[in-house]
Amino acid sequence: MTLREQLREKISAAFYRHGLLCASYPVPIILFTSASILTCCYPLLRLPLPGTGPVEFTTGVRDYSVPSHEPQGDLGERPDWYRGPPVAYIQQVLVKAAVSPWDSSLVTVDVFRSPLGRAFSLLEEIRNHVHSDSLETLCLQVTDLFPGLRRMQSVLPEHGCLLVSPGLHTSATLRDLLFGVPGKYTGVSHYNKKKVVTYTMTLVLSRYDARFLGSLRARLKQLHPSANCSLRDDHMVHVHFKEEIGIAELIPLVTTYIILFAYIYFSTRKIDMVKSKWGLALAAVVTVLSSLLMSVGLCTLFGLTPTLNGGEIFPYLVVVIGLENVLVLTKSVVSTPVDLEVKLRIAQGLSNESWSIMKNMATELCIILIGYFTLVPAIQEFCLFAVVGLVSDFFLQMFFFTTVLSIDIRRMELADLNRRLPAEAGLPPPKPGPLRTREAPPPPRPSPHTITLQTPAFRNLRLPKRLRVVYFLARTRLAQRIIMVGTVIWIGILVYTDPAGIRTYLAAQVSDQSPLGDPGGGGLPPHLGVAPVFRGGDPTSTLGINPAPAPTPIPDNQSQGHHGSSRVGPLPEAPPPSVPQITWGAEDEEGWRRLSFRHWPSLFSYYNITLAKRYISILPVIPVTVHLSPQEAIETRHPQDTKHPPPSIPKVAADIQTDLTLYKVAALGLAAGVLLVLLLFCLYRVLCPRNYGQNGVTHGRRRRGDLPCDDYGYSPPVSEISPLLLRGHSMDIECLASDGMLLASCCLAGQIRVWDAQTGDCLTVIPNHGLRRSSSSGCWEQRDGWESVSGAAETECLGSEAHGSSISGDGLSEGEGYPLRRRTAPSRPTLFTDQPDLTPLIDTNFADQPPSHLCTPPREGFDFGGLVERAYMEHEPPSPSAYPSPSSASSSPPSGAQLQRRPSLGDSSAFLTQDRASTAGTQATADWESSVWAMELRGNLIAAGRSSGKLELWDAVEGSLRCINEDGVSGITALAFLNNRIVAARLNGSLDFFTVEINKPLGLLQYRGAPGRGSMPPSPCYSSEDVISCQLTRSVQCAHQKPITVLRAAAGRVVAGSQDHTVRVYRLEDSCCLFTLQGHSGGITAIYIDQTMVLASGGQDGAICLWDVLTGSRVSHVYGHRGDVTSLVCTTSCVISSGLDDLICIWDRSTGIKLYSIQQEVGCGASLGVISESLLVTGGQGCVSFWDLNFGDLLQTVYLGQSSDGQGVRQLLVLDNAAIICDFGSELSLVYVPSVLEKLD
Amino acid sequence: AGKGGEPLIYIMYNRTTNLLIRGALLFSVGVFLALVLNLLQVQRNVTLFPPDVISSIFSSAWWVPPCCGTASAMIGLLYPCIDSHLGEPHKFKREWSSVMRCVAVFVGINHASAKVDFANNVQLSLTLAALSVGLWWTFDRSRSGFGLGVSIALLATLATQLLVYNGVFQYTSPDFLYIRSWLPCIFFAGVITMGNIGRQLALYEYKFIQEKTHQD
Repeated sequence: MTLREQLREKISAAFYRHGLLCASYPVPIILFTSASILTCCYPLLRLPLPGTGPVEFTTGVRDYSVPSHEPQGDLGERPDWYRGPPVAYIQQVLVKAAVSPWDSSLVTVDVFRSPLGRAFSLLEEIRNHVHSDSLETLCLQVTDLFPGLRRMQSVLPEHGCLLVSPGLHTSATLRDLLFGVPGKYTGVSHYNKKKVVTYTMTLVLSRYDARFLGSLRARLKQLHPSANCSLRDDHMVHVHFKEEIGIAELIPLVTTYIILFAYIYFSTRKIDMVKSKWGLALAAVVTVLSSLLMSVGLCTLFGLTPTLNGGEIFPYLVVVIGLENVLVLTKSVVSTPVDLEVKLRIAQGLSNESWSIMKNMATELCIILIGYFTLVPAIQEFCLFAVVGLVSDFFLQMFFFTTVLSIDIRRMELADLNRRLPAEAGLPPPKPGPLRTREAPPPPRPSPHTITLQTPAFRNLRLPKRLRVVYFLARTRLAQRIIMVGTVIWIGILVYTDPAGIRTYLAAQVSDQSPLGDPGGGGLPPHLGVAPVFRGGDPTSTLGINPAPAPTPIPDNQSQGHHGSSRVGPLPEAPPPSVPQITWGAEDEEGWRRLSFRHWPSLFSYYNITLAKRYISILPVIPVTVHLSPQEAIETRHPQDTKHPPPSIPKVAADIQTDLTLYKVAALGLAAGVLLVLLLFCLYRVLCPRNYGQNGVTHGRRRRGDLPCDDYGYSPPVSEISPLLLRGHSMDIECLASDGMLLASCCLAGQIRVWDAQTGDCLTVIPNHGLRRSSSSGCWEQRDGWESVSGAAETECLGSEAHGSSISGDGLSEGEGYPLRRRTAPSRPTLFTDQPDLTPLIDTNFADQPPSHLCTPPREGFDFGGLVERAYMEHEPPSPSAYPSPSSASSSPPSGAQLQRRPSLGDSSAFLTQDRASTAGTQATADWESSVWAMELRGNLIAAGRSSGKLELWDAVEGSLRCINEDGVSGITALAFLNNRIVAARLNGSLDFFTVEINKPLGLLQYRGAPGRGSMPPSPCYSSEDVISCQLTRSVQCAHQKPITVLRAAAGRVVAGSQDHTVRVYRLEDSCCLFTLQGHSGGITAIYIDQTMVLASGGQDGAICLWDVLTGSRVSHVYGHRGDVTSLVCTTSCVISSGLDDLICIWDRSTGIKLYSIQQEVGCGASLGVISESLLVTGGQGCVSFWDLNFGDLLQTVYLGQSSDGQGVRQLLVLDNAAIICDFGSELSLVYVPSVLEKLD
Repeated sequence: AGKGGEPLIYIMYNRTTNLLIRGALLFSVGVFLALVLNLLQVQRNVTLFPPDVISSIFSSAWWVPPCCGTASAMIGLLYPCIDSHLGEPHKFKREWSSVMRCVAVFVGINHASAKVDFANNVQLSLTLAALSVGLWWTFDRSRSGFGLGVSIALLATLATQLLVYNGVFQYTSPDFLYIRSWLPCIFFAGVITMGNIGRQLALYEYKFIQEKTHQD
């Protein structure tokens, strides 16, 4: 283990140093890397280029003998395929025929009809030629045509010698095959101005017999002598064909390449948070490709020649090597703190990932080594390439990619600096750099409404880039211009290259006037010298120039008939020949070269003979010149040929042709335009996903998993939401309830305050609960005692409470218009007037304490000093008399101030017995000893459930108690208040349904309960107009076996979750239990239900269940947290849960798949709230954080106060006006989110 | 209840369409892979460039691609289903790039089985088995995936044996009863691959719903 650690440390340190190096000297390193890539790729130059083109080898005819099968070492020139006999010998007879002299009475058809007719006689001649052997014994005997080629039966020979010659009916596909020369050189067309017809007869031989061929050649030459023929006949060419790749073979190859590109696409798409995404993606691809090239080059250098088909294994090699490391590196580097120097960032990023990179590489090498030992040659070779490729890839990653990344990061920092400067200039106070730094104490906050969150569009850093591209395209009208230019160029090319187009015309013009233009001597293609003048320039502008000084040096390089075309085209115009000239040139010597290289393979494939990896030998052609007299031509004429008047044909045809050209141009231009538009459209769609405004499709799945939320550099700068603190409670806030307009809070001291949720003003204070009925006045008497005044120091509250001046009497409270009747106890000694108010420190729950003022605090270690001191400081004016010193005060208040919190949801069972006892104890005594455990606010009514089991209804505005129900004895743990119904869950697992009735006449009995409290006679309550009653309609005694922990109501349903692992759904109207939902293996800790009847529950087992409330079936069940699920919220698309493990998980609501999770700091609160569809707010240690739900990005953290250490936000309410209320120790915090407010409007 | 029921039905509706879309996608992927891989298998007998290329693409019997497509759709839907039932969502390498890599390796395994000359069948089968397990380990690593892969591979092998036994088609050189011994490995790799694709597609389910809601 220690060895491993050491190794890990060393690797990490090495990577760190390497990162520093790379980031420090980027340019030299890139140069060095490029040089090494080039060096390693140098041996590749010696490799043959990939491709399936045939390879040629030329030998002499005279000393030809069939090569032997054995390889002969000494013949260095001889290629290794030149072994054994060829598949066939090809003997071509090249025929040039013309009708001469040309008679004007002849029609154009005569040009080729009779010359082609001669082919039959020649064929007969060849067939019947005998010299010691007949042709039948020498030629390649073929059998059936390939099945499926039946239609060619009439033109291709079957069952006999393979001897191909042109027939008269020739289809377009077979024309080249039968003529043996490319179609446009044959001269068989209506526009043949040269009036010479060229064709070959192809004779395929299986054996080579020099004597037979010699005699055939002599015979043909003798019959049809070629006058000026100087063709060489001493070379035969052997053509070797590589393995064929047909379409059928191509499909898998193409598939692998498609998969490869998809892989590269999906990989590089993950590159994020960099300056130039495309640049880095390109660098990644370059890294992988050049590593492959290097591997092949290195292998070749060390004498290992690749035998595998490179194109086939290439995708697999890329996939094996992979782009993962590159991406991991990028991610690691960009997630380092932004405020570091670039060098350090690179170094840190590298060293963070060093271990995993090395581990992965070792694993891959091991796998490949295993592959090497399969001892299959092909796999071994693959593995060898892969190993070298992996190593070189590692090298390139470390040197090339890292350096490119450092350059990119540096560029981004510069850009970022530029981008941020103007933004910060607009802010009144300059904010200190990164997010995490705690804000300075918030300024006096001029008004909350000027504060804005950045809109989502600007929050996303990638979006503007895409938009920028599109804007750029739109601004410059690039698409239209490209289309226009493309169309113009296209039309130009078409016009220029069209046979009947401008080029021919120009060439003819020039050759007419050129002194050297006369091609009669042959071999001087005129356009060779002329064409460069026009090419590229505007052809029309050169029309005017005098052609005399046109470039005259005509090179002698008429190589392999590349320019033969020009000969047919422009030549004939110049000398209008009456006698067609039959010329033989060098280009006729190997006329087969002008054929497609598929010519021979396809010919043989018709007879199911493959030429793949084999060769054929092509013998020198036999030239045959045939002159026919006009009489012969007329004799062979078809009767219909003369029906068309000869001169009109070419002209009309030419017209048609130009028309066609125009149409062709138009159609092609249109097609090109449409294609370009489509292309750009696709580009646009690729760059801009459709719904980028609402929800980032591409970013939706981003997982933020382990990244600490704040280390992620480029979150927007801290903006200036500052919370509004609502002070007034002097102890920690227990319950929080709101109905949107009002906000009610209850602290540990039992004081209930009502606030205006809009302005944060304190409307009502219901002080420490202590109610006694006074028979004399018939009113509720506020049993304030000597501690009646609370929170005197917090003057910012408008509060209904009597201020410090109300000590001596009760008149003031009435005078202020608050109908709360108060009567201070007369027993209050006056000497206490200038004492600090210590009311809130007193807990009046004496249930399990003997009501002794001298008792020591039961909780050891609780320091009252701080609390008291604070209260003391806030008390003004400070008393000059010294006797209520803090130390004495700390001992003097009733020490029953055990800061008993409301039983936490998880372990309330522990409180069960204790509270039973407490309630039992309270029964006999006064009810002010119980504390508020649950509170709800609807309309004007606050429903408060007490630990004593009493349910009270308070008027929120007036602060008066409207009714009380004491039917239950077990403490109310949870309340739900919907419409006019209140549901109370009790500690003993029972569920009580109450109905609130308003507008009852005054005399009705108001307090049904508490018959045992005889000490207090019932008396009519003071009320403004209405009488509100609260009746127990139904009590479900054993709703749950164990205490109910959560109670939620929505959409006419009440859902209760309990410690007994079940969730029950009740109907609100008739309190009928609809379902018992079982599925958790722990107590229920969180429930969410909303108007759309979505029910989610979370338990102590860390599981989250989604239920269908209509059927009671479980929709999904996921485990997300280690420990309790503390809070659950749903939006329309996802479920958000937080747990005791400080993790916030976001789940897809329909599938139950975890989208991502956010790891919060330890001790972050568990409170959650959803402000809008995409804005999540969480409570933390003294702060609330806003998150973008689509991206999982931290948008903002708002600190609630300066001295917030250790104070977590435990409760968080989202109000309708997009404000957030959260508790913060003894204070409440109201945070506005104005941008959302605008959105809601 | 009616008010609350509407969105739920809406979700259900979306879910079925989503299921159909996923099924169709998986089916087409399966058909495509079947065609391509079959082509690889029969390729050696294909002569060069015959004029009827199209017929050689469909060189196998007509029922093979639909069968493969159906099977892949089933497998691709089964994997996420099983994941959610077991309550252990597959978290290992859930990215399209990884899925593409997986598909590429699967095609490569087929390629190797068709094109590489091995000394004997045992070597071939062992190599392919190692490659298949390597595929699982690299891209899946879930026990459910392995179990499902093995069981489906066995079933498919059995089915193929029966088919060959009944003379529906045959292999040129059978070495494992009636079939080639590498067939189970190929099946296993195929199941893993399709499962991977299916799981990845299942991730997208919520997206369709979101788009639907946005359209409203």
